[in-house]
Amino acid sequence: MLRHAAHRLASRAAAAGRGSVSRRALATAEVPAEAGEDPAFLEAWKKVTTIIEPPQTPLAAMKPRPPTPASIPSKLTVNFVLPYKSEIDNKEVDMIMVPATTGLMGILPGHVSTIAELKPGVLSVHEGNDVTKYFVSSGFAFVHANSITDVVAVEAVPLDQIDQSLVQKGLADFTAKLGSASTDLEKAEAQIGVDVHSALNAALTG
Amino acid sequence: MAMAMTALRREGRRALLSAPSQSAAMAARSPAISQPEIAPLGARSISTQIVRNRMKSVKNIQKITKAMKMVAASKLRAVQTRTENSRGLWQPFTALLGDAPSVDVKKNVIVAITSDKGLCGGINSTSVKVSKALQKMTSGPEKESKYVILGEKGKVQLIRDSRKHIEMTVSELQKNPINYTQVAVLADDILKNVEYDAIRVIFNKFQSVISFRPTLVTILSPEVMEKESESGGKVGDLDSYEIEGGETKSEILQNLTEFQFSCVMYNAVLENACSELGARMSAMDSSSRNAGEMLDRLTLTYNRTRQASITTELTEIISGASALEG
Repeated sequence: MLRHAAHRLASRAAAAGRGSVSRRALATAEVPAEAGEDPAFLEAWKKVTTIIEPPQTPLAAMKPRPPTPASIPSKLTVNFVLPYKSEIDNKEVDMIMVPATTGLMGILPGHVSTIAELKPGVLSVHEGNDVTKYFVSSGFAFVHANSITDVVAVEAVPLDQIDQSLVQKGLADFTAKLGSASTDLEKAEAQIGVDVHSALNAALTG
Repeated sequence: MAMAMTALRREGRRALLSAPSQSAAMAARSPAISQPEIAPLGARSISTQIVRNRMKSVKNIQKITKAMKMVAASKLRAVQTRTENSRGLWQPFTALLGDAPSVDVKKNVIVAITSDKGLCGGINSTSVKVSKALQKMTSGPEKESKYVILGEKGKVQLIRDSRKHIEMTVSELQKNPINYTQVAVLADDILKNVEYDAIRVIFNKFQSVISFRPTLVTILSPEVMEKESESGGKVGDLDSYEIEGGETKSEILQNLTEFQFSCVMYNAVLENACSELGARMSAMDSSSRNAGEMLDRLTLTYNRTRQASITTELTEIISGASALEG
């Protein structure tokens, strides 16, 4: 009897929640402008079942992205996200430099749309005269046509929180491990350690 | 006369002890109705022991469910902040690649995220229902879809009728607090062991403490992504993006897919954990409220039964006494 009451409450609440979800119209440069739900999906869903409501899709849960402007905007909008927080959210800056695998890349407003894979290195955000530097472990950077840049990284720390002595020690440790590694897995792990630590070293000194 | 009264009382108590089974059955069936029932000679009234036992157990249930609600509430506070912080993680990918839930591919994999523990309302059943409907939608003559199930409750429900479609199950996800590394390893595991053209992740998105929405995120494999972008499908102008970074475009796309999957999984697992705790809070809240109401009703019954038996005893004694007086 207790289970039924709980079930009734949950289904009532779920129905109330469903009613209050709003559908936002979307207009972005990348995706054709349409409502937050995909009509083809809804069609296919209705063919299978009419009782169960279709699940929500991520487009409905996202804020719509602005369309590509006609002229090059003056500022770059940056989103820098990490798994545990959004470090920079929709901030307007002049330029950012990302450590792509092909080298340090500077992104200015009006940059061509790019997908860049990042290697461990320093990400710097230039806003007027302030420069904020982070050491990022790795990730991806997307530059969209509407001068929005998304940087997704697994881990990032501001440079002033890194301890130089620990970096040196880590570098020495991993170089030793690389020398003594026998299996491919160990070699790969040690190589990654060496790469990250040398990048850290370079970031701190350079 | 005093001796007569005590004798009558003793007789009454012996009769009470001898006829508890009948009164127990009667009390269990209709606690609201309290009347001395037809019983063997000498029985006086319904035993209040039964009602007292029920009251004790209902009170315990109320305490337990209240405690469970408190525990869920405190856990929810912690997980909710982490979930909200992780919400920005999947947005860049959707902004870049769009979302194509109606994509038509040969090998579909449905990842259903459910909880390990029960007593959390209907969220697991909703997820399973949606997964089953999705499976019907995405299977056909040339296409197939398989399940990867996270969580015991989903496994138990899906193994009953879709056993042969289940590719992989994972449980005890929340033994340690959820962190990105653990989920990334899990995502890697799934990608390595399961062949896929499109992965659909089903989870309950946490909208508020009482409202959870089943959500579906579609992730395409790199080959399908290239095909869709060339044919001008939902993937948008992926081609218009320059690829910066070393080797071939397909390698970058492969890394991108894997990264996208792990980010989406991380957010999905956190949202589902939040929803589970919120659902458990409301379920336990209504349980304890129900238990409270039941306790009130039982208390009334108990009092009525007690007073009725006292009245009966008094009546008998007095009528016996007045009969003796003549």
